Amino acid sequence: MMETGPLWRRRLFLALLLAPALLWLSLLILLPHVDLALVSFRERVAPREYITSLAQYRTFFTEPLYWKVFVRTALLSAVATALTFLVAFPVSWTIAKIAKGRRAALLFMVCLIPFWVSETVRTLGWMILLRESGVLPSLLVKLGLASAPPELLYHDATILVGLVYTSLLFMVVPLVNSLESLDNALIEAAYDLGASGFTVLRKIVIPHAAPGITSGCIVVFMLTLGNYLTPNLLGGTSSQWFTEQIYNQFITRFNWEQGAAFGFLLLGLSTFMVWLGLKVSGQRFADVMRRA
Amino acid sequence: MIPSLPRPAWVRVLNGIYLALFLAFLFLPLLTVAAFAFNDAPYPAPPWHGFTLDWFLGDESSGRVGLFHDSELLDSILTSALVAGWVTALSVVIGTTNAFLMERARFPGKQALSMLMLVPLVIPGVILGISILALASRMAEFADAAFGVDIEFLRPGLPLVVAGQFSYIAAIATLTISARLKRFDRTLEEAAFSLGASRGAVLWHITLPYLRPAMFGSAVIAFLMSFENFNTTLMLVGADTPLTILMYGRMREGATPVLNAVSLFLMLASAVLALSLMRRGGRKDS
Repeated sequence: MMETGPLWRRRLFLALLLAPALLWLSLLILLPHVDLALVSFRERVAPREYITSLAQYRTFFTEPLYWKVFVRTALLSAVATALTFLVAFPVSWTIAKIAKGRRAALLFMVCLIPFWVSETVRTLGWMILLRESGVLPSLLVKLGLASAPPELLYHDATILVGLVYTSLLFMVVPLVNSLESLDNALIEAAYDLGASGFTVLRKIVIPHAAPGITSGCIVVFMLTLGNYLTPNLLGGTSSQWFTEQIYNQFITRFNWEQGAAFGFLLLGLSTFMVWLGLKVSGQRFADVMRRA
Repeated sequence: MIPSLPRPAWVRVLNGIYLALFLAFLFLPLLTVAAFAFNDAPYPAPPWHGFTLDWFLGDESSGRVGLFHDSELLDSILTSALVAGWVTALSVVIGTTNAFLMERARFPGKQALSMLMLVPLVIPGVILGISILALASRMAEFADAAFGVDIEFLRPGLPLVVAGQFSYIAAIATLTISARLKRFDRTLEEAAFSLGASRGAVLWHITLPYLRPAMFGSAVIAFLMSFENFNTTLMLVGADTPLTILMYGRMREGATPVLNAVSLFLMLASAVLALSLMRRGGRKDS
């Protein structure tokens, strides 16, 4: 439709199609981030008077609270990613290799449910289940496992439960896709040659599923790192998630310079992990995003 | 491990237990939320006090303001729907023009542009929010200082929320619609041309109908993602609060089961959306 016709008409078509794409990417992605970078590199010396400096980044490294929260967020996100993989792998295997036809399709659909229900609703569910006056603590008392209802909210483990729940879908979909393309004959051949189940898993299944595993891990880590709602509500005041620091600086304290620097540090970590994941598995960015 | 190989009994039992636990893990929070929407108690907590519809129908006189009389909640649902409507319309239109741009046009820098289109998907939502907030307020300050005009839509509020959500949802719509346009059989268009159809007629009668399932699918996804968005919205919100922000505020304060009622409503609405998407997906070859 576009490769034919007079030159001026082709040019016009191209311009009309390019305009929305360029407007979108320049006004909402490129320019805002350039601006955010500029804000992060300035320091207020007097009302409405700024100088260029690295003060915001210096504060981050000299104030233990800030970098500790940063490291904590990164580590917990890594743990959440690993846990999500461990929970998602058996069910993905069942969907791709064991269950048949309708049962596999049904199981797959069930895994998509958390995506269709708002994160606020899911978190509300966990709060009602886990808080001191909630369902599970009172059940524990009834069963005689605890003398007083324990507070199950506001622990790191609670945050992890919520994060894994939220992330499952983003791990299951790429895992199922990559496991389905694994030829059963390869597994049978390995068995016939005397390999144990563990060896098959290590030598055949994992290498074959590696692209799916990387895609899933990249996406889950990124979403976990940038999550605000789940750590904030399930972790309470002790959640100490880095996105909360960004919110506090930007919205509560109105210290945009510091908030912008924090934003860039988070973006840097997120980008680095994406890059690392691609490097380790030798994949291209575009393929990973399409798969996810 | 696979059906053609022997599976010892203990492996099958373990797998069964795992699946049962997995399903419990998935459904327990959602069933709990739904159940406590009907509990006859002022807080969504056990024990069970009996069945009531107060949290849907109650009004001021009964002392329990139910969903249908909670104007703050109802307003926020409308606000969310308004935002989602804009985001959906913009995303599907731009997603379609982008699909034609990437699949049909040739121009220098196309490879770089196609990479750039994926970038919004790897930027954390909070950062999308603050960066747009920072640029918008710089532009507003500039307009104020240079021309003495106050540009309302550059201040935190619904237009910025729409812009923030659109900035990454457009990328998803672009991917979905491009993928379908890539599979399009160009000979259909050529046949129509050789039968004398105009460009407009071919686009309207051949190409767009072929893209419709992908456009519908990305519209549903865009609406849902916008309605559920929290991270980006939190940074850009003004006086009008969308539903997720309002619910978050109330959850921090310890809310009444009216939140369970609105959650149940959300779950049912999502289920309807999901089913409509699946029925269309089943009918068309998508």
